Amino acid sequence: MSSLFDLLFSHFVFIVEGLPIALSLTAYGLSLGFLVGLPLAILRVYGGTVARLFVSTYERVMRSVPPLVLIFLFYFGIPMTMLEIPGFLAVMLALGLCSSGYQSQIFRGALESVGRGQMDAARSLGMSRLQAMRLVIVPQALRFALPSWANELATMIKDTSLAFVVGVAELMRRADYVRAATFDPVMPYLVVAGIYFAVVFPITRLAGTWEQKKKRLVTGA
Amino acid sequence: MTTVVSVEDVWKLYGKVEVVKGVSFNVDEGTTTVIFGPSGAGKSTLLRCINMLHPPDRGTVFLRGIDLMKTGSKMSYYRSKFGMVFQHFNLFSHLTVLDNVMIGLRVVKRIPEDEARAIAMKAIEKVRMKDWCKQYPSQLSGGQKQRVGIARALAMDPEVILFDEPTSALDPELIGEVLQTMLDLAKEKKTMICVTHEMGFAKAVASEMIFMDEGVVVESGSPEHFFTNPTSERTKRFLSRLTELYGRHEKSDTAVDEK
Repeated sequence: MSSLFDLLFSHFVFIVEGLPIALSLTAYGLSLGFLVGLPLAILRVYGGTVARLFVSTYERVMRSVPPLVLIFLFYFGIPMTMLEIPGFLAVMLALGLCSSGYQSQIFRGALESVGRGQMDAARSLGMSRLQAMRLVIVPQALRFALPSWANELATMIKDTSLAFVVGVAELMRRADYVRAATFDPVMPYLVVAGIYFAVVFPITRLAGTWEQKKKRLVTGA
Repeated sequence: MTTVVSVEDVWKLYGKVEVVKGVSFNVDEGTTTVIFGPSGAGKSTLLRCINMLHPPDRGTVFLRGIDLMKTGSKMSYYRSKFGMVFQHFNLFSHLTVLDNVMIGLRVVKRIPEDEARAIAMKAIEKVRMKDWCKQYPSQLSGGQKQRVGIARALAMDPEVILFDEPTSALDPELIGEVLQTMLDLAKEKKTMICVTHEMGFAKAVASEMIFMDEGVVVESGSPEHFFTNPTSERTKRFLSRLTELYGRHEKSDTAVDEK
């Protein structure tokens, strides 16, 4: 009996060891999405007609293509022209670019909800447009964006499960190994579901709290 | 007396609509100029032309003899010589009261932190907000917000302070504390240009009043002139409408007191 428990436990540990990989994929992907998405949002709100058209096209494309398609494109597509790339990198790029489309939208909404008067006030103190953006507009926009951004984080964590198709040893891939070894088609996936829930649930709860806070912030300004 | 600001034939268009149509006047050092008139008269736009927040389409503004339209890349620097107080306060909601007042000193004037804090605290004390300096704008009442707005402008030690209907967004019982602060500044001989309908304030401190309608100056002169024998029919009509609306309040604010 105790040996059966040990076996189950070792399987569980084996699956959980995929969590750091899933989380680092999330961290890299989300950062890439942020670094691309925020400047795009600023261009979309404050840029000229051409820049705005470019950004809205980019957003639309990135939000219309399934992340799985992007993963395959990077994983199989890039090696055809250049060097081999590992699955981890392909997934990171795919999820990051996909997310940049969503994050750009999130930050656009947030930038637009910072009142026009804030720019007037900053400029009337003698700040340049760039200083006003950096010190007044963007910091406030990031606060407004926090709830939606937390939801994007939750989505990204779940999307890392797609990495199993290119052999990255994250939670799903590991559960699949356990299924193959034990012929149990249910338990390993229930474990994966449980782990994802345990990670994502607190984040969505936090997003909800921040949403309430944001409402007070916007109306109280 | 020396002229601080000289507005010369300023025109401003938004699209094809002429909002300000050839306004000229001078402001002497240490005086208060009150601009009033119906909404849509171009008063706020004129203020934004004066500090080059929205540079005029024609005409120019001189600040102590410097043509602001010809300042090019230094326009932001010269803008910092005008303080501006807004109808809707426009405090930076992510910063505390102290940081709101300090940010211009740090970023624009590049004053070291300790010195900037000392200057900011002095301005905050002047508007009687010392006890709130660690609070965020969302924790303040409208009147308190506006006093912080005044402190933020004041701390920059501007040549002129521009007030854009500073009391119009306030509850009646909060107007007094803001007007008191403005009266204090006027008595200290700060140079001010105020767009306001507070005729009690104008009577008390204005050295020049300007009545604007449809983008032009209809009439200008001393408060005595406006309250005894205004010449234009339009001015008379507007003033009597104002007395009808604000008559009761006006009597009470000849003795504005701090709340």
